[in-house]
Amino acid sequence: MNPRTARTALAVATVAVLASACSLSSGSGGDAQQTPEVTLVTHNSFVAPQDVLDAFQRRAGIKLKVVKYGDAGELTNKLVLTKANPIGDVAYGVDSTFASRALGEGVFQPYTSPEADRGSQRYAVDPEHRLSAVDLGDVCVNVDSGYFAGKSLPEPKTYDDLADPKYKDLTVAEDPATASPGLAFLLGTIAKFGEQGWQGYWTKLKANGLKVDSGWEEAYTKDFSGSSGKGPRPIVVSYASSPAAEVGDDGKPRTKALLDTCYRQVEYAGVLTGSKQAPEAQKVVDFLLSQQFQTTVAANMYVYPARQGVDLPAGWAQVAPLPTSPATLPADQVQAGREKWIGAWRSLMGA
Amino acid sequence: MALAHGGLTPARTVRTAGLALLGLLPVAFLVVFFAWPVVAIVGRGFSAGGVDTVLGDPQTWRLAGFTLASAAASTVVAVLAGLPVAYLLARVRLPGVGLARTLVLVPFVLPTVVVGLAFRAIWPDGGVLPLVLANAFFNVAVVARTVAGLWSHLDPRATEAARALGASPWRAFRTVTLPALGPAVASAAAVVFLFCATSFGVVLILGGGHYRTLETEIYLRTVDLLDLSGAAALSLIQFAAVLAALALGAMARRRRENAVRLRSALVTARRPRGGEWWTIGAAVVVLALLMTPIVALLVESVSGSDGWSLAGYRALSGTGANDALQVSGWTAAKNSLAAATDATLLAMAVGVLASVVLVALRRAPGRLARGMGETMDAALMLPLGVSAVTVGFGYLVTLDALPGDLRTSPMLVPLAQALVIIPLVVRMVLPVLRAVDVRLRQAASTLGASPARVWREIDLPLTARSLVAAAGFGFVVALGEFGATSFLARPDAPTLPVAVATLMGRPGELNNQMAYAACALLMVVTVAAVALIDRFGSVRGHGSVGEF
Repeated sequence: MNPRTARTALAVATVAVLASACSLSSGSGGDAQQTPEVTLVTHNSFVAPQDVLDAFQRRAGIKLKVVKYGDAGELTNKLVLTKANPIGDVAYGVDSTFASRALGEGVFQPYTSPEADRGSQRYAVDPEHRLSAVDLGDVCVNVDSGYFAGKSLPEPKTYDDLADPKYKDLTVAEDPATASPGLAFLLGTIAKFGEQGWQGYWTKLKANGLKVDSGWEEAYTKDFSGSSGKGPRPIVVSYASSPAAEVGDDGKPRTKALLDTCYRQVEYAGVLTGSKQAPEAQKVVDFLLSQQFQTTVAANMYVYPARQGVDLPAGWAQVAPLPTSPATLPADQVQAGREKWIGAWRSLMGA
Repeated sequence: MALAHGGLTPARTVRTAGLALLGLLPVAFLVVFFAWPVVAIVGRGFSAGGVDTVLGDPQTWRLAGFTLASAAASTVVAVLAGLPVAYLLARVRLPGVGLARTLVLVPFVLPTVVVGLAFRAIWPDGGVLPLVLANAFFNVAVVARTVAGLWSHLDPRATEAARALGASPWRAFRTVTLPALGPAVASAAAVVFLFCATSFGVVLILGGGHYRTLETEIYLRTVDLLDLSGAAALSLIQFAAVLAALALGAMARRRRENAVRLRSALVTARRPRGGEWWTIGAAVVVLALLMTPIVALLVESVSGSDGWSLAGYRALSGTGANDALQVSGWTAAKNSLAAATDATLLAMAVGVLASVVLVALRRAPGRLARGMGETMDAALMLPLGVSAVTVGFGYLVTLDALPGDLRTSPMLVPLAQALVIIPLVVRMVLPVLRAVDVRLRQAASTLGASPARVWREIDLPLTARSLVAAAGFGFVVALGEFGATSFLARPDAPTLPVAVATLMGRPGELNNQMAYAACALLMVVTVAAVALIDRFGSVRGHGSVGEF
């Protein structure tokens, strides 16, 4: 070993470590002495206006730190893995597909928010009130109205229409193993055709030229004809709220959600079992259910508020109304069947 | 300790101890931020049981077979496409070669979701072919630049001699040049193979569920199914494959050091003549193909539903339609720069220290030291071959044991990015450090130079350029890093690639345009950084910037 080389490296290293320490620390620090900090873990789709968050922090006297962890499934699994020493105090975004796993693993502790009596209890999954419903989103088949008008072909309306030869090679859906709308669509068909019948329906879909993409991005932005990508297929599995983003310059919607093909996913929030600041975490749950927060969810996250009497953004009533009778499956049936169904779906579709 | 015997002087003992201490730092970093999390998460899978069932499942081995075969195919394509480009960069003196050298690196940092969608535009149904081509697309740069690095210093006189003795140009290339380049090609191929065998987003988008690899299956089982024992079993197979690729690469590197005679790059580049233009043609075709998705992407960024539009670029100052992002596009760009800077500093500290120790171990007497060196060299490359999801989930189950609970810290992003670029830094710095002649330093000392002066006059001029190149290159890779970053980035601090993915995941034309504009921004920053590195790297053709 040559000592000079060592010294060179040591100098470089010292400078580097000091420099990185400087720039690393600049992000944190600050006024954490007095106000308790509560960590909210959520999924990647979480968006809230900063002024609403700021107002809450001032009012409640807590500092809210938001950490995003993938999609609903990934979030749930991370909460399960870290339940002994949780990564936060309160979690938001575990949905009805994964609620059973989280509850079964004891991730959440009981808490009944005073705000929950404003409608959110309609979607309760748990008699112990460990989870409170915050919002709901419906996965529905969307169609490109312009395409069908141009071909003088009536728009499809039901699941069965998608298997009709009239609509051959027109539909694109997502893989239920890799995309949550794909899973919701699969669950919708199971709710509709039953545990015995869904495979027969999918066999027909496949024969009718259904295309399966691995993610929503490819399906919606590349293959679907009704959005920016102007793809070849006018029928896509997306959300009931998607048409709200596709309003033309004339103020008219270019796409439409088929309200008879919807599957409802409810997203929940709860206080984590291992939280050391349960009282403050409870305030965050109250906030998520409050009128102030609930009015922001539609425009920011493309979901519908769970609270009653919250106004939707202008135009949603025409463009993206909340489906009145979406399909649902009980959370424990989903928990028990999910992997089995995905496995069967994969071999059926030749994946 | 064996080294303590045999009458070492106190000074040497101190040096040896210092070396050991120095070696401990990078090792400690890798143990804490890589080995421990990975072992912990894989260990959980084992304790859950059922690993043997997965290993015994023929489906698993079909998966492994497809992973290896498609990665091998991509590697072959990348090597075949990379060689003419390497020739162009190394041997040819024509206007525009410098630009080609810079541009060839751009594909390497593009977000996978964007490249996946670009390839989907050409092959709407996905399949094996676009999958193989897309993985090759990302990695042509690795082959071109690694091989060019050696080729530009290769003594052309051997080839000329063969030609003078009547060998055809092809024969001279095959029997003289290619064997000399072989080690660099093999070394690059090993790295490319690692990248391809563990690529995730591309397989997901272009494999369309029909074609799955170990990596996508590990991801699926970990993230969606929480089937940790299945993921652990697959991780083991991937690990074995990675070790094999590393061993091959290491063997190739060892062969080179004795085989090659280097010349200054200035002497070797010249105007092409005769049949050499065919090779130039091939290189130009490859470059044109590489630029196609990039141009398509630029076009997308300025297209709206009613023709040309700069709305996507204007939107960068905001948060997208319906506040798709929590911060503006420019802030995301700033976050990218900050995280990549931190990651580069960290990686340089660890990587340079590790290289210094590796050089010393190599020069140290005895098999033990050399064995330790080889083991450490291989271990430093492992982060390239282990799935980001394994590391990310590993962080969750381990890092709470450290003071300060790093799991939700903004530091995690630079840490994870550093992990990815440390292997690249080592591969670039190590050969140059090895090449610094010890006798120069000894001579300077003997002539009375102070240690500081020796450092200033000898070490710094000889290594500075490769340090800058490694830092710049690491910076560029950190800028584009997506896998680990998307796992760990916080919503109030997304990097540019994370912002692109978020925007792509939202409906609405503006978000789409903005995503493409953000990609264009990423490319501009990349090109600027690479151009800067190359200015430093090849000013006087003196001292290689190292392999890659």
